[in-house]
Amino acid sequence: MTKRLVVGLLLAGLVGGLAQGAVTIMVLWSGDELAAFQKVADAFQAQTGITVRVESVGRDLPTILATRVAAGNPPDLAGMPNPGQMAEFVARGALIPVDDLVDLTQFPTAFVDLATVNGKVYGIFISADLKSLVWYNPDALYAEGLAPADSWNELLYITETLAARGKVPWAVGLESGAASGWPGTDWIEDIMLRTAGPELYDQWVNHEIPWTHPAVKRAFELFGAIVRNKAYVYGGTTGALSINFGDSPAVLWDPTPGAYLHRQATFIKSFIAGAHPELDLDRDVAFFVFPPIDPKWGTPLLGAGDLISAFRDTPEVRAFLQYLAGPEAQAIWCGALGKLATNVNVDPSIYPDQLTAQAAEILKGAEIFRFDASDLMPAAVGSGAFWKGILDYVSGVPLDRVLQEIEAAAQAAY
Amino acid sequence: MNMGRAHWLYLAPALLLLGVFLVYPSVETIRLSFYGPRSDTFVGFQNYIQAFTSRPMLIAFRNNLLWLVVFTLFTVGMGLVLAVLLDRVRYEAIIKSVIFLPMAISYVAAGVIWRFVYAFRPVVAPQIGLLNAIVVALGGQPVGWLIERPWINNLALIAVGVWVWTGFCMVVLSAAYKGIPKEMQEAARIDGANEWQVFRHVTIPFLKSTLAVVTTTMIVFVLKVFDIVYMMTNGAYDTDVIANRMYNEMFQFNNYGLASAIAVVLFLAIIPFLVINIRRFRTQEAVR
Amino acid sequence: MKATRILKRLPLHLLIITLAVIWLAPSLGLLVSSFRPRQDLLSSGWWTALVTPSYWSKFTLANYREVLTQQGMGRAFLNSFIITVPTTLLTLAIAALAAYALAWMNFRGRQFLLMMVIGLIVIPLQMTLIPVLRMFNVLKLSGSFPGIWLAHAGYGLPLMIYLLRNFFGALPRELFESAFIDGATPFRAFVKLVLPLSVPVLASAGIFQFLWVWNDLLVALVYLGGFEEVAPLTLKLSLLVGSRGQDWHLLTAAAFISMIVPMIVFLSLQRYFVRGILAGAVKG
Repeated sequence: MTKRLVVGLLLAGLVGGLAQGAVTIMVLWSGDELAAFQKVADAFQAQTGITVRVESVGRDLPTILATRVAAGNPPDLAGMPNPGQMAEFVARGALIPVDDLVDLTQFPTAFVDLATVNGKVYGIFISADLKSLVWYNPDALYAEGLAPADSWNELLYITETLAARGKVPWAVGLESGAASGWPGTDWIEDIMLRTAGPELYDQWVNHEIPWTHPAVKRAFELFGAIVRNKAYVYGGTTGALSINFGDSPAVLWDPTPGAYLHRQATFIKSFIAGAHPELDLDRDVAFFVFPPIDPKWGTPLLGAGDLISAFRDTPEVRAFLQYLAGPEAQAIWCGALGKLATNVNVDPSIYPDQLTAQAAEILKGAEIFRFDASDLMPAAVGSGAFWKGILDYVSGVPLDRVLQEIEAAAQAAY
Repeated sequence: MNMGRAHWLYLAPALLLLGVFLVYPSVETIRLSFYGPRSDTFVGFQNYIQAFTSRPMLIAFRNNLLWLVVFTLFTVGMGLVLAVLLDRVRYEAIIKSVIFLPMAISYVAAGVIWRFVYAFRPVVAPQIGLLNAIVVALGGQPVGWLIERPWINNLALIAVGVWVWTGFCMVVLSAAYKGIPKEMQEAARIDGANEWQVFRHVTIPFLKSTLAVVTTTMIVFVLKVFDIVYMMTNGAYDTDVIANRMYNEMFQFNNYGLASAIAVVLFLAIIPFLVINIRRFRTQEAVR
Repeated sequence: MKATRILKRLPLHLLIITLAVIWLAPSLGLLVSSFRPRQDLLSSGWWTALVTPSYWSKFTLANYREVLTQQGMGRAFLNSFIITVPTTLLTLAIAALAAYALAWMNFRGRQFLLMMVIGLIVIPLQMTLIPVLRMFNVLKLSGSFPGIWLAHAGYGLPLMIYLLRNFFGALPRELFESAFIDGATPFRAFVKLVLPLSVPVLASAGIFQFLWVWNDLLVALVYLGGFEEVAPLTLKLSLLVGSRGQDWHLLTAAAFISMIVPMIVFLSLQRYFVRGILAGAVKG
């Protein structure tokens, strides 16, 4: 297959650095992320002499990758959109297992299990994001005489107190172009983990309980108690639905804060820095862990990660996979971007700022860790009906109808 | 003219390319529409049943119908009005470029442009969206243009389509309008016809076949409309359209069977318009 | 006399200018935004920047600088040309030949063929990607420019043939009869008669094909791929949006850069949309 690609390029008269000993990898990254990955690839090449050709196709990756795979023309490796999509490629017989190629003991078992389908491992996580965080502006929050919440009741107390003072407690942004709705799914997942526990969460992911189950319903209701309350959210429900997720936290640091709390994963840090270049991140920006709700389940953590899988088994692919899994590659990648390393041997000193180091520390100490449920579900649910359901629910559609519609999609998809 | 088999020489390159890039994949699509999500199990008409009965598809049908009426009316109507009116002013070239400009914009960029039109901010904050700025300046409350269902958000999406495609209609109709011999219109005016009568009885009959072409093109475009909806709402809040459902089923949800069935439904929907066109071509040939 | 004439035409001018302003406003927003710093884009409307003279000093070329100095920008520009220009010419040539045959040659099954061709307009090209790419792999065309020229031509042909067939069909019969009496062959009639008379429609059809190919991303990504040696400008544009949709300030500038070429093409072809070419012919 690589040969065919080479011939194709020859036809176009475009031979450039295509020697034996090369791997191709398709990714969706751009900008800083692409530059950081290129650094990893360059370091690998310097060590092994194997060329890494990085093909960035942007946000159309799911489409392009699915097409290439179906047409029998996949790259050597690719960044998977999510574990659910990886499982789909496994089901189509496209991916190779990596159990024997990579030393999997370097990873926490949670990350290995997440890439496991039918007892075989089909991908490696090169980094992770911690999702269960509530961001705040310390100056603004303390000026109101309030402090980070340790429990759901305290969180509600902060919310109600601010609202009673005529202030808006939460900044929520659910808009994300074609992927609108996903930030809401993270809320539901965090709440599910804290009200129903990890076992029921897993059953929910695997559709062993229906969407109309009382536990799912309760999670939506707790989410709705905050986000559907017009007085609790910046711009009300229309604001939550219309404002882009990346723009939404910016109002926390406005001269007169537009809101005080924002629930989002570690990566939001770069958006805050982009909107407010004047901030000193370690001093002006802080987060606390999304607090426990039902004491029985404590404080489970929700996360996601960057997953790489291989479509071909060549010596070069093996070498690159081993390198990506190792602490050196992750130190370059995570150090540049402030992502959290998955390899347990990575030295915490690589993190660019205290916030990231703190998040890495929290993730390491996790008693219960679960992956973003929507990323694990079949795409028709996890990247379709669930997203739409969030938007419908927040925009006022009755909850029972929302859950029934997601359930209908789930029944067709599982 | 009758010239043996020479016509095949003229047609061969086109037929070859059409066969390879459109006909063969269509046959493949029809075949896959009877198979399951991974194209490995035969499922009969099950995909078609789902395509015609599931709630998301029914909403998509409704929206495509709304697009069909509103979008076609506005693009063809405004294109015609502009083609006729612009012929009378000296700054025609500039205005034409302005109307045509959106055609030159890729859909990624168009998405950004319209964000700056439809953006919503709470009434207490400075508005960054043009429409809400106007609404607030007039004393109203900001509106979630892409959220208020079922009319405001669908019409907001259709407005983007009209903004893009009116330029197409204008350019094609204008080219035809300039083909009308000035003498015919002058003669009508000398006979005492007013401008409306000239338009109605000289211009329209002359433009009839071009109008039919432009309308057909717009109708086909409506059936296939995808980019605008995908980038702005991806079908949320009941704004979905058929082609977006197909794209999602195909590339996001990996359901090749259902996606293929939806594509076949699209193809069937065009047939009535084909029949009308062929009748028109026959008439055209009979009179020339 | 002149004053009343202007007064009479005032509504006409007002109507046209109002429409033009409505059409221009969104693009103007894009243009103004492309000169503003990132954090300002989200804190105030673009029109406030325009009407506040004290703001004007904050307009900056930084966004353009960042976009244009991006690695591989020149190559992307070149690739877009390599993809678009041959495709447009190829499509027009093939479509014109076919439209001529479908309009003026008598043979069995002509109407049926025409109907099939028009019917193909409705096929969503997304459905063709997998089977065609599979074929390209066998023919070793994937990742090559000739492959994408042919693909874009195939996708553009139905509409082009339809537009051209309609125009050719409206040419008067006497035109051909007199040509053939003068001893012209059908091909000579096509080159010497049909093509010159069809300049306006060829120009407009050419523009549209040019635009679609220039602005295409999906087809290029599937058949050519995302490597820097082959990827077009639209990929650079889409990568600027970022994997999470940030960086609109760069996107606004990039969008304008990518619009420049199609606008130049449109403006330079506009002189062909003139009265008289066809009018004279019809009279004769």
